[in-house]
Amino acid sequence: MPGIRFQFLSDAVGRLLAVSVIQARSLVKSYGDLNAVDGIDFDVAAGESFGLLGPNGAGKSTTMRMIGGTSLRTSGTLSVLGMDPETNGPDVRANLGVIPQQDNLDTELRVRDNLITYGRYFGLPRSYLQRRADDLLEFAQLTDKAGEKVDNLSGGMKRRLTIARGLINEPRILLLDEPTTGLDPQARHILWDRLFRLKEEGVTLVVTTHFMDEAEQLCDRLVVMDHGRIVAEGSPLQLIRQYSTREVLEVRFGSERNAVVVEQLADVAERLEVLPDRILLYTDDGEAALERVTSRGLQPLTSLVRRASLEDVFLTLTGRSLID
Amino acid sequence: MTDRAASTTSVATDSNRLAYTGGAVPAAVQARIARRWGWWLYAQYRLTSMRAYLQTIVIRSIGLPLLYLASMGLGLGALVDAGAGGVDGVSYLVFVAPGLLVSSIVMEASGEFTYPVMSGFKWQKHFFAASASPLRPGQISVGEVVAVGLRFMAESVVFWLALVLFGAVPSGMSWLVIPIATLAALAFGAPLLAFSATQTDEGAQFAFIQRFVVMPMFLFAGTFFPLAAMPWYLQWVGWISPMWHGTQLARIVCFGMPNPAWLTVLHVVVLLVAAVVGTWAAARIFTRRLTR
Repeated sequence: MPGIRFQFLSDAVGRLLAVSVIQARSLVKSYGDLNAVDGIDFDVAAGESFGLLGPNGAGKSTTMRMIGGTSLRTSGTLSVLGMDPETNGPDVRANLGVIPQQDNLDTELRVRDNLITYGRYFGLPRSYLQRRADDLLEFAQLTDKAGEKVDNLSGGMKRRLTIARGLINEPRILLLDEPTTGLDPQARHILWDRLFRLKEEGVTLVVTTHFMDEAEQLCDRLVVMDHGRIVAEGSPLQLIRQYSTREVLEVRFGSERNAVVVEQLADVAERLEVLPDRILLYTDDGEAALERVTSRGLQPLTSLVRRASLEDVFLTLTGRSLID
Repeated sequence: MTDRAASTTSVATDSNRLAYTGGAVPAAVQARIARRWGWWLYAQYRLTSMRAYLQTIVIRSIGLPLLYLASMGLGLGALVDAGAGGVDGVSYLVFVAPGLLVSSIVMEASGEFTYPVMSGFKWQKHFFAASASPLRPGQISVGEVVAVGLRFMAESVVFWLALVLFGAVPSGMSWLVIPIATLAALAFGAPLLAFSATQTDEGAQFAFIQRFVVMPMFLFAGTFFPLAAMPWYLQWVGWISPMWHGTQLARIVCFGMPNPAWLTVLHVVVLLVAAVVGTWAAARIFTRRLTR
């Protein structure tokens, strides 16, 4: 009997988790002849942290704007919490927190007032917003900056304030467009820590990024986008397993010699990628591969053995690196 | 040990407040409020943002009438009254006062509906920020018109009070210049808002408008002398400018300037049509640009 009950419970939880809050089918957005988004399908489950990984111009931001109904799609269907963002824009957006690629805070207003004035767009009462603003400032670690003008904040602080602003309406889904682009490493880690907390609380996160480390840190599941299309889908680990070897050996022979040496390295690893400044050797055992290289009398200027990453996945799939 | 337990609990309750909890106001209610009152919610934001340059607004709205009245009314007025015995049967101060009020409010529109619009789309991007909320793009443009209209109205009140103090408005109906000046400013401002919303790059266009639209309008649209005193081939400048239509209405209510009824109606219609069509066009352009 307890077994049956447990089974029933886990089914219910399973069904709850499987409910997709965002569903896109054959989604297309074109500007003139260019298809910025070229027929993509994806589902985002409630409470999931979902990533769109790809280089600049892959169509990630356009996809995000279509989810909020602030970019009208050319064709295909899109459902957010069971509603069409184009016909039910206000209802969809009342459930969203949008963190755009570029901060669009009001630089002339004070930090706390930025949260309160934005909350008014949602018709939220001032008494509620006063409390909410204080909670969010604490979350964003900006309590002592509450009375400052936005202009006086650092880049990382502005970013955290933008995220706090996106949470003002207690959104079910948070859309983060390149959340840490342009931030220094320390500011990025503070921000990731804050986003982790939201994830733990069960907020659905949709993140676009062209940083593979960010995607690995934040995303349960992601799609890799290139030229408006989805080229792969899975968890970071699955993708790495599927499209790369376990380890990567990076060797540099100097930009002149790299091309010359390649032929001699052909059978050292499962696969190689030649980049302008280095050669990547894909293998399950990097150290062994390095020994094979040196045993042929080749002395690389530098060598590095590392775990494969999403960067390698992207390179395998498209032949290009994420950041150009 | 107890301390640690306490801090863990406080983190837990604190975190519950951040995520979706069902909230103070359910999302469907937020959306309903936004559908109906979005234009006013945006206007409130815009009025708040004006506080940043409130000082400038106050100094201008008090300083401008004083400067104009002192120089035009008293200085030039003494000369005109001595030479021609006033204009249209009243002293020059009484004649020029309504025109000064209307024209200075209309000119404020060329400030509020140009660079701040460029900023909303391009520099600070506050239109994009608002469009990510439940507000619809059309509501943002209407809110912009409403907020700036309220600002014009407040400035008109200050200017009108100055005129009353100077004894420049004999009629008991003169308070009507407040809505008249506001309407005239929006009749010029709303189409300007629509134009500014089409602009994607800052060039010379706003300076051009200031020099070749606003200044000629100020000088040739019957502010300082009746339009009829101009050669016929320049009178069209008055006819197409909201400033002249507004000034004529202001003169009617301030000192009872004689005017055919059909012409009075025409003044009102021209101003209303320009303000409404301008607002409609701006809403369309905002919608196109914010849903691209």
